[in-house]
Amino acid sequence: MSGAMNLLIGLAMGLSLLALASSRLPSVIRAAAFQGMILGTLPLLLEEKFHWLVVAVALGTIAVKGFIIPNLLRRALRAANIDREVEPLLGFVPSLLLGAAATIGAAALASELPLRPEHAKSLLVPGAFATVVCGFILLIARTKAISQVCGYLILENGIYLFGLLLINSTPLLVEAGILLDLTVAVFVIGIIVDRIQREFDTLDTRKLTSLRE
Amino acid sequence: MMTALDIFLRLAAWLLLAPLLPGLINKVKAWVAGRRGPPVLQLYFDLAKLWRKGVVLSTAVSPAHIIGPAVAWIAILAAALLLPVGPAGAALSFRGDALLFVYLLAFARFSIALAALDTGSAFEGMGVAREVSYAVLAEAAIITALLTLCVQSGSVSLATMLAPAAGAGAALLAAGLFGVLLAENCRVPFDDPNTHLELTMVHEAMVLDHSGPPLAAILHGAALKLLLFAVLLTEAVLPLGKLSLLQAIGALGAAVLVIAVAVGLVESLLARLAFRRVPLLLTTAFLFCLFALLVAWKGATP
Repeated sequence: MSGAMNLLIGLAMGLSLLALASSRLPSVIRAAAFQGMILGTLPLLLEEKFHWLVVAVALGTIAVKGFIIPNLLRRALRAANIDREVEPLLGFVPSLLLGAAATIGAAALASELPLRPEHAKSLLVPGAFATVVCGFILLIARTKAISQVCGYLILENGIYLFGLLLINSTPLLVEAGILLDLTVAVFVIGIIVDRIQREFDTLDTRKLTSLRE
Repeated sequence: MMTALDIFLRLAAWLLLAPLLPGLINKVKAWVAGRRGPPVLQLYFDLAKLWRKGVVLSTAVSPAHIIGPAVAWIAILAAALLLPVGPAGAALSFRGDALLFVYLLAFARFSIALAALDTGSAFEGMGVAREVSYAVLAEAAIITALLTLCVQSGSVSLATMLAPAAGAGAALLAAGLFGVLLAENCRVPFDDPNTHLELTMVHEAMVLDHSGPPLAAILHGAALKLLLFAVLLTEAVLPLGKLSLLQAIGALGAAVLVIAVAVGLVESLLARLAFRRVPLLLTTAFLFCLFALLVAWKGATP
């Protein structure tokens, strides 16, 4: 039970490092989507007894994070006719090493925290910290708006992983609200991407600093 | 008397079986491409041919040009003798021989690099620079892998380090060590053993000026190193120490065969990486070993 869960969380941690190392936008989107789907299945493993609400939350998460959001991003990519290369501010090797250092740091930090005994052996807490930091690195170290969205998605995945600690006391409404927020945010970013593309003929967010009245 | 016979048998096995591995890889590549390919024993014929030929020497070289390949060949063979074979243990084993293993491999590379630089050719210097800059990253990975095995078994001797199974981190360690195997033996994502195009050669550029028996020593040493890494990878992942001797040798042979087929498939299906992408892949191999170390460390302190 917890072995399978730790395997999935470990896989998700690996996927956030893969997103840091990949040099093409579609593969970054794929990594973020796949990570969302893996984390979406976790509530099914975490809950001992079968409950239709938990199944609904898991299915909703998988559908939104695994299919709807990546499709929105791919559509934005196609519509804005973006060059598929990621343009890193920080090179791939340094960002990968930073992500790995964050993962190891998260594992070390989690063993110092006073966790409840049922969470002490699981990778939930270190996985959450590592995914949040990897999302931040992706958000900071890339110039294109689409890869920043992927960083934001990975960041949200980390927060979701943290929320799984409280799965028994989180109402369904909160989960649904978070998913809705996320979809709207990606939707809005899709529109912004289109605008930036039309205005500057590029997706480089550094150009936004030169906006004038 | 028994130990002398034991060492002799091991030496014979390493020396005679090593050239089989490149032949197998080439056969797999030919099979995937739909060709018949050279015979599996091709490298034996090549070595015999090279051994009979004379040596062409430039007027600029010093004796280091000849001594380098010989020293490298002996160093790799000594490293091979340090590796245990299943329950039979290693021919030579003492506390801390894992360090000697790493240093012997580094010394072999240093000797070949020195022999290449000795020709005074700028082209060979370029090959050396490339080879050594890959090696820096590959060595970080292999040292981390050995450190992982140390932490897992609480020992610094290869014979006891390699005996137990690697447990949960085995898959990570296998992936990392396979990457190191490809990089150290100049296989495809890092270097193409078949290319003789000036701008893309790495290892081949380094040994371009060697001929006759020294070239045979370099080629045989390369085959030996490939077998060495395949055995290391197998023993780091599979618990061979728990089997009986015959079973262990059978499992080892089968695993080395699987690795040869895997290398052949990688070479047929993957294109060679652009030069600037290589550090990223080597860093990935290093991180695989590092995360295996993390798993071993977390497993040791519950």
